[in-house]
Amino acid sequence: MVVGKPVERVDAFEKVTGRAKYTADLFPRNALIAKVMHSTIANGKVLSFDLDEAGKIPGVVKILTCFDVPDIQYPTAGHPWSTEKKHQDISDRKLLNQRVRFYGDDIAVVIAETEIAAKQALALIQVKYEEYPPVFTVADAMKPGATVIHEEKPGNVIVHSQYEVGKFDNAITEPGLIKVEGDYHTQPVQHCHIENASSFAYMEGDKIVVVSSTQIPHIVRRICTQALGCSFGQVKIVKPYIGGGFGNKQDALTEPLNAWLTTKVGGRCVGLFYTREETFVCTRIRHAMDFHIVSYVRKDGTFAARSVEAYSNQGAYASHAHALVANAVNAFRMMYPSGAIKGDAYTVYTNLQTAGAMRAYGIPQIGFALEAHIDDVAKAVGIDRIAIREKNMMQMGYVDPITTITCHSTGLQECMNKGRNFIHWDEKQKEYAKENGPVRHGIGMAIFCYKTGVYPISLETSACRMVLNQDGTVPLQRGATEIGQGADTVFSQMCADTVGIPLESVHIMSTQDTDITPYDTGAYASRQTYVCGMAVKKTGLALKKKICEFAAYMLKKDESDLDLQDNWIVHTVSNEKLISLAEVAMEACYSLSNSHHIAAEETHHCSDNTYSFGVCFADIEVDIPLCKIKVNNIINVHDSGTIINPMLAAGQVHGGMSMGLGYGLLERMVYDPKTGRTLDDNMLDYKLMTALDTPELNVEFVEPKDPTGPFGNKALGEPPVIPVAPAIRNALLDATGVAVDAIPLNPEHLFFEFKKAGLIK
Amino acid sequence: MYDFEKIYQPRTVAEALQMKADHPKALILAGGSDILIKTREGKLAGSSVISIYGLNELRGICLEEDGTILIRPLTSFSHITANPIIRKYLPTLGEAVDQVGGPQIRNIGTIGGNICNGVTSADSASTLKAYDAVLEITSLDGVRILPYSEFNLGPGKVDLHPNEILTGIRILKDSYQDTFGEYIKYAQRSAMDIATLGCSVNVRLSADKKTVQRLRIAFGVAAPTPIRAFSAEKAANQAKVDENLMETVASNAVLDVNPRTSWRATKEFRIQLITELARRATRSSVEKAGGKF
Repeated sequence: MVVGKPVERVDAFEKVTGRAKYTADLFPRNALIAKVMHSTIANGKVLSFDLDEAGKIPGVVKILTCFDVPDIQYPTAGHPWSTEKKHQDISDRKLLNQRVRFYGDDIAVVIAETEIAAKQALALIQVKYEEYPPVFTVADAMKPGATVIHEEKPGNVIVHSQYEVGKFDNAITEPGLIKVEGDYHTQPVQHCHIENASSFAYMEGDKIVVVSSTQIPHIVRRICTQALGCSFGQVKIVKPYIGGGFGNKQDALTEPLNAWLTTKVGGRCVGLFYTREETFVCTRIRHAMDFHIVSYVRKDGTFAARSVEAYSNQGAYASHAHALVANAVNAFRMMYPSGAIKGDAYTVYTNLQTAGAMRAYGIPQIGFALEAHIDDVAKAVGIDRIAIREKNMMQMGYVDPITTITCHSTGLQECMNKGRNFIHWDEKQKEYAKENGPVRHGIGMAIFCYKTGVYPISLETSACRMVLNQDGTVPLQRGATEIGQGADTVFSQMCADTVGIPLESVHIMSTQDTDITPYDTGAYASRQTYVCGMAVKKTGLALKKKICEFAAYMLKKDESDLDLQDNWIVHTVSNEKLISLAEVAMEACYSLSNSHHIAAEETHHCSDNTYSFGVCFADIEVDIPLCKIKVNNIINVHDSGTIINPMLAAGQVHGGMSMGLGYGLLERMVYDPKTGRTLDDNMLDYKLMTALDTPELNVEFVEPKDPTGPFGNKALGEPPVIPVAPAIRNALLDATGVAVDAIPLNPEHLFFEFKKAGLIK
Repeated sequence: MYDFEKIYQPRTVAEALQMKADHPKALILAGGSDILIKTREGKLAGSSVISIYGLNELRGICLEEDGTILIRPLTSFSHITANPIIRKYLPTLGEAVDQVGGPQIRNIGTIGGNICNGVTSADSASTLKAYDAVLEITSLDGVRILPYSEFNLGPGKVDLHPNEILTGIRILKDSYQDTFGEYIKYAQRSAMDIATLGCSVNVRLSADKKTVQRLRIAFGVAAPTPIRAFSAEKAANQAKVDENLMETVASNAVLDVNPRTSWRATKEFRIQLITELARRATRSSVEKAGGKF
């Protein structure tokens, strides 16, 4: 059995040797290149273009503008489609936009024979705008009289949602409660996947083929058909290996425009490869969210009532819109479910770049705010920081009153115990309390819970196909995607164990082609090992049954007495090896009397969900005069149920911790306050951490078997990013007594905080 | 692909000078780590370049008869760091340029390009200022010698005429003899970053290690160009080696600098760094020189 074993990635050799083909590797040499012209104002309207000079550049094939595109508004979010209109994503953009809504909006395209010709032409296009005053903050966008960014949403508020569990107003009248409140702010950041947004498109007959770096090929097909006003069968998406996505590619990015462009040049192949700068500005970012949290606490540290008010800056286009802040205020409730709780959330259009999905989908934002707040509460009430969490956190059997998601398994307490021991919490806490020099130390921690997939908010479905080759090997196909996280490897492990064959016999087909690949919505919500894992298991069992049926026909035995184990048909009573799988497979194919193409295809419609949990402990050093934090020791401990592949799982946690460190310490998008232009749209100014900035990343797991997971497993992909930033913030509070309520904790930010606190004169 | 108008490749310095005289607008291309970026960004798109990168006569480090260290401008950062003359006599410069970008940039980037680019954040600049480097600038008309302290005219602007090429950087013996120094680059990341502030100090102590005979200090990003902090140097001259020294240097350094607020950092924060880095670089230089606090 290979589930639970640290087997090598099935794509390791391809990727390490450079043989693996990514979108740009497949791009034909003689194809055309498209370059997008982006607006240089944040709010207004394109009145006209002067294309004369641009058109004279040798090599320019075609220039298309916002006045040429179909008059269709389409949605871009990578959500499963809802056939009910009120649950559908917001259609608020065209392929190129005359109404400009952020500095960088797509307004025209040059198609040319070379990239240089396209760039030279772009520089010569003259554009006339009508400008409106831009609004960049949620507060400004919500002010009466603010410029309306989308006429469908007159007050710029996309959605305002509320919930209440218990009776909040009654609960706070309990005598003896201590009220603690705070405001917490999170910044926009970018995914920084190594492969920029990339695609190319061409036509085969009447069909448009788009090869793209996406996490969600089947969804992108649907979006392309909506944007172009054509039907599903007229578009196919091919997804080769991709260089990361982290949620940015859970959105239609270059694909719809690219699909349209090829139709404008007679189906010739056109490439649309964003630069790093365009990827920063014109794809998606993590939502900046502001939270106001109020807690009513009893003297023993239990909560009587809590409330959260959340404002999410959506930027120019809806993309995933309210789903993220809704997820955030839901997690606020789930993490500490006791007492009355209410949530109030707004998602608001502004004239900044568009926010969308990013690893852990709203939870890093509330994770920072909530876990910072819990430490503030502990301090105000005078209770141990870990004890207050233990008193209030979600317990086994919890059923969320709104979503009905149930806690089927939890190892959270064990995670906390392990982390506490690893970091020497009790000793360090005492040791560091004595420090008062310019360089001080502190420890901090934070916990989280995270759902597995999107049920019951959205559809959860996944299909899988397996075929039996003549030698007993099994090509495996599914719509769930490999995006660097190791999906191909864990599905291969699941397939091997379920069918009864060795791992080497599973030939996973990494590429998705929407005309061939079984349906799955794709890689997001940490759903694939859970939802597609079910589909692999179901399909594997079906294939095994068909193989045993044919073996029973060959051997003239009762099928119910046969099993397939490690490439052999075995008699279940005598345990005798009867015939090899390879022999059965040959006969099935070439039998003159009863030939069979043995294959299985199944869909798993998932209607359950489960929580995964975890914790981060951080031990830091603060150089006060230099305003710098150094992480000396850090550990994430995760409960993601049974770990399918410990080596890949640890890698996943390392990546998430690195992302969490960047989120907490350095990363942010900076905008020109007058124009809204993104200033740090490159890897020099955007402070993504390097290897030299990264401490040793420690990882441990606790593995309670989850009864709902196909192999006892639960979400792991996104969660590691969540607890890191608040753990560091809480360690900073421990070290200096300064409660910083906004991230990143970068040097300049710390300078002003330390000054305010009198630590720097 | 880069959008160049024309690329000229001279085989000798004389040929390069002739090309520069014939095409005064053409840019001198050394390692390319600044020019290629600006060309890609569009700022220099369509330019012509004279690539001197192949001119080995402009590469290398030697000790002249009078003890002057001569660094040819095309010497890469990694060669400077590894060079035995630099390691022996001028280790601070080797350590400073080892903090440029990452290994690839340090292999392609040249010290001449770094200072001719004229930006205040150049990692080699403050240390070259602090060691009072002298430049050799050549044209068809002959050689011009210019103190590096006079080279920077403004942000990105240096005293180099359209027909001239930088051909040498010299550090006189008196500048480095018996001195010990420290360069501190302050950036948000430990690699692949640009300095928020840079501070280079070197000191010569009295024989008993109790008095500062000479202290030199220069900053990057503390003003529109890299600068020497002469008030701090004067105040430290003949000062006693004790805890007050750091305050003397730091408080006087502030008088010489002129940092500005940009979206990358505020003036207030840069002043905090100027004083703190001045303290730390002074302490470390004195300790390297054998001084005790």
